[in-house]
Amino acid sequence: MLYSFDDTIIAISTAPGVGAIAVIRLSGSRAIELADKYFKGKNLQKAASHTLHFGQLMTKTDEILDEVVVGLFKAPNSYTREDVVEISCHGSPYIQQQIIGLFLADGVRLATPGEYTMRAFLNGRMDLSQAEAVADLIAAESATGHQIAMRQMRGGFSDELSGLREELVNFASLIELELDFGEEDVEFANRSQLVELLEKIIHTIDGMIYSFELGNAIKNGVNTVIAGRPNAGKSTLLNALLNEERAIVSEIAGTTRDTIEEVLILEGIRFRLIDTAGIREAQDQIEAIGVRKTFEQASKASILIYVFDVTECSPEQVHEDLEKLNHPNEKTLVIANKMDLNPYAKPENYAIGSVSVDNIITASAIHKMNIPYLMSRITSLVKSGEVTAGSTIISNSRHLESLTAARESLHKAKENIQAGVTGDFIAMDIRNALYHIGSITGKIDVDQDILGTIFGRFCIGK
Amino acid sequence: MFPEYDVIVVGAGHAGCEAAVAAANMGSKVLLITMNMQTIAQMSCNPAMGGVAKGQIVREVDAMGGYSGIVTDHTMIQFRMLNLSKGPAMWSPRAQSDRMAFALKWRKMLEDNHSIDFWQEMVSSIIVKNGVVKGVRTSMGIEIMSKAVVLTNGTFLNGVIHIGEKRFGGGRAGEKSATGITEQLTELGFEAGRMKTGTPARIDGRSLDYSAMEVQHGDENPTGFSFTDTPRLENQIPCHITYTNEKVHEILRTGFEFSPMFAGRIQGRGPRYCPSIEDKIDRFADKERHQLFIEPEGRDTCEIYVNGFSSSLPEDVQYKAMTYIPGFKNVKMFRPGYAIEYDYFPPTQLQMSLETRLVKNLFFAGQINGTTGYEEAACQGLIAGVNAHLAIHDLEPLVLARSEAYAGVLIDDLVTKGTEEPYRMFTSRAEYRILLRQDNADIRLTPLLHKLGMHNLDERMARVEEKLKNISLIRKHFTETGVSPDLMNGYLRELGSAPLNQQVKLASVLSRPMVSMHGMMDAVPALKHYLSAFDDETLNLAEIEMKYEGYIQKEREMAEKMSRLEDVRLLDSFDYHKISSLSFEAREKLSRLRPRTIGQASRISGVTPSDISVLLIHTGR
Repeated sequence: MLYSFDDTIIAISTAPGVGAIAVIRLSGSRAIELADKYFKGKNLQKAASHTLHFGQLMTKTDEILDEVVVGLFKAPNSYTREDVVEISCHGSPYIQQQIIGLFLADGVRLATPGEYTMRAFLNGRMDLSQAEAVADLIAAESATGHQIAMRQMRGGFSDELSGLREELVNFASLIELELDFGEEDVEFANRSQLVELLEKIIHTIDGMIYSFELGNAIKNGVNTVIAGRPNAGKSTLLNALLNEERAIVSEIAGTTRDTIEEVLILEGIRFRLIDTAGIREAQDQIEAIGVRKTFEQASKASILIYVFDVTECSPEQVHEDLEKLNHPNEKTLVIANKMDLNPYAKPENYAIGSVSVDNIITASAIHKMNIPYLMSRITSLVKSGEVTAGSTIISNSRHLESLTAARESLHKAKENIQAGVTGDFIAMDIRNALYHIGSITGKIDVDQDILGTIFGRFCIGK
Repeated sequence: MFPEYDVIVVGAGHAGCEAAVAAANMGSKVLLITMNMQTIAQMSCNPAMGGVAKGQIVREVDAMGGYSGIVTDHTMIQFRMLNLSKGPAMWSPRAQSDRMAFALKWRKMLEDNHSIDFWQEMVSSIIVKNGVVKGVRTSMGIEIMSKAVVLTNGTFLNGVIHIGEKRFGGGRAGEKSATGITEQLTELGFEAGRMKTGTPARIDGRSLDYSAMEVQHGDENPTGFSFTDTPRLENQIPCHITYTNEKVHEILRTGFEFSPMFAGRIQGRGPRYCPSIEDKIDRFADKERHQLFIEPEGRDTCEIYVNGFSSSLPEDVQYKAMTYIPGFKNVKMFRPGYAIEYDYFPPTQLQMSLETRLVKNLFFAGQINGTTGYEEAACQGLIAGVNAHLAIHDLEPLVLARSEAYAGVLIDDLVTKGTEEPYRMFTSRAEYRILLRQDNADIRLTPLLHKLGMHNLDERMARVEEKLKNISLIRKHFTETGVSPDLMNGYLRELGSAPLNQQVKLASVLSRPMVSMHGMMDAVPALKHYLSAFDDETLNLAEIEMKYEGYIQKEREMAEKMSRLEDVRLLDSFDYHKISSLSFEAREKLSRLRPRTIGQASRISGVTPSDISVLLIHTGR
């Protein structure tokens, strides 16, 4: 499953982080066909090798994802000797992730470290001495990998995974017990017990998958958008959070016409704070673009901080804005700003519709009033859910891929149990799940563990 | 006195007998040497063939032209298809055998094969010249020459039997052990180890009170193991079930201080899945009773095998404890249970053909490789016999993939990972078990062996072709013929399955959970009429292939992906310690186990996917 070399692979080929452009590389028999599927421009399948094509990359719903330049390298005249497509897109991590996601959804697989080179070698593009050099390269890569693994071990990832694996092996052994030892005088687990156990395991994986959000946040930063009506004090709030004057602050409404991005580090987590143009009927064209951009930004945000002026805004207006911004309630903070000017304003009055009073924070950005509390609320939004300090955080998208695949197999197993499917087929699903966990831990040999568990727990043998 | 043989087989147990007939039916001239011609094909332990995973192996052996299935069908006294409530991959045939009739039938079938000669004597060493085996030397000093030798020594190599504090040399109750071979092979550079197994007491059926036990009957419609025509089993004999109790355990505990296992006199590793009764009491102290199967040893004898009561405690303790088992009050013992220790050779010293790495044309099969069980031995014997024949003709060996046969899983496990305890097959050892079913063993394997030139497979091959043709006809019928709601809905409602709104294809109804082909036949007269032209075996196979098509397809795809790695060879001379990019554990394990392919390497515990990537880079394929 893991070592198949005939599927099409994808990876970002440029260094991680934000550059002006990024190159995403596809290699494999379906590379050109799939690139063509989402590319609006010249027909890539008919284009010649070693040519560049400008065009647009479209999403599944036919929206423009980015303007890109696509390089075509047809087999065997490519690095891997397979069909290779290089997509040069804009450097935003968001765009890169979206593009990768597009192809993953079509059955393309993330490349393993050094896999392009490995394919190049296996397809006979390099001779042995070159390959030796590549092997050293991979060694260097795994040294880094080792460091990461060590770090993850300290984070408890490996502990938790082996705990998870153990639970799965336990589960598998209960299923296998019935299959291989149906004639024995032992008690078999009933179906509802099995479902219960499976739910527990799925819950553990859910927690780990959820933690990816935090892991990713630590690595790439959390997209945090500050939005509100003109002159609500968004830029002042940004400055208060950053403790310095960055955004252009003035009393003239509409000062911030473009979005401004700053980095704030809270409890080790990077927040990418994005200040936006105020929401109102735009007075001129430039401002109109700014307002439109605000909504765009808000739709991509992980966290939305909505700021309003308690001296000017009615609860209905706040409600209307939030409806328009349409951001998940649990990831939205509502700041009742300028409390110093209206100390008698009651925040609970603004709790209408989906906004709960808990999400409303009173503040005065200009006097830096209640800012530390706001900061703690922002971090808690990322760290909420299953993730608490000291628990496992996964940050590697390959791990996420494996865990998600494992979870899918387990859901299948659960459905099958409930549908009354026999144990041998359920065991197949469990083995799949174990395989995916094994692709992270490297423990792929399961039958010995399963049998060992059975013999350890049940009196087997006539 | 002797001509030069193509193949000499040493030992005439389940491995030896199958090795002899396999080589002979491939066209070799074979000599079968045994220490005692009266004990050919003995069932040393349980008088039974098959069971979960093991039954599948017997079907495979039969599909490959072996005799175990035919012999069992002719001599069984009870037959059950186990695991029928589970999926089709779990269905496992099991037979209670008539021990004496079984051995007699085997001997008759061997004698009927004119390519097999016999010699009764102990082989004390093999003759090796320039790293190639040339024959064997017997205890009387006779040298018999051959192009290949298959060793199937079972538990006889330096066998030591333990009963309480008594110990004596022996290969089986009442039989001498064999000496010389281990010493010689060790000198040649082989590594030897020690294993242990055990067997329960045999008792007098006339002394039992069956009314105090539960009865266990055979199937109402017994089938069998062989894909050839064998007689239908009539007049089945039941087994009985009874249980130990606290009193029995208490008496057994009084013997613990004399137990050779607990006292450490036995060093060899015993099988965890076949523990002695004292082991069960010791390890599962809170279990109040243990199940015992009371199995007749044959039609014409009162001898009984007490399945579940394997013991090496002193005979008087065994006897006294038994008298407290329900139905055993007046029990008379024929002989006590015992433990036996014997030499084996860690199977990582073999190639996938079962030829040793050290000596060319020398093959090992059966318990000498650390396995246990008649079925496990039989399939190794067959493969070793075929490969001995192929080796002397410089032909590529027969190596079965893990997705092709349990026999393939077994040999791959042994050779790739070795074994610490007597190796027994379980279905959970097979990752492609949906493919390795008892119902399709002939389709999986008969064509392979037929093509290799196994003489006696013409009949079976013709049947396979007929079956495949019929299955595709049935499949076509199901995918092309529609069925109307009014015909189908009564049956579907009965099952609690959603009724049809419009005409659909038969295949789509069959794919629903719980729907069976027979249920559909009863509902749709035209279907019943169409299918009446086919036999049950074909219908069953067609049903499974269609109903579980999704799962079967999925496993096939996985097997195919894996097979690419199986094709990437790793040289024996590879120095893993020099590849610093391998993990330390991988370097150590790969150096020790020396996998033959990347596929094998990937199955070794501790070798990670990234190690495999590094290996791929280093194999200049």
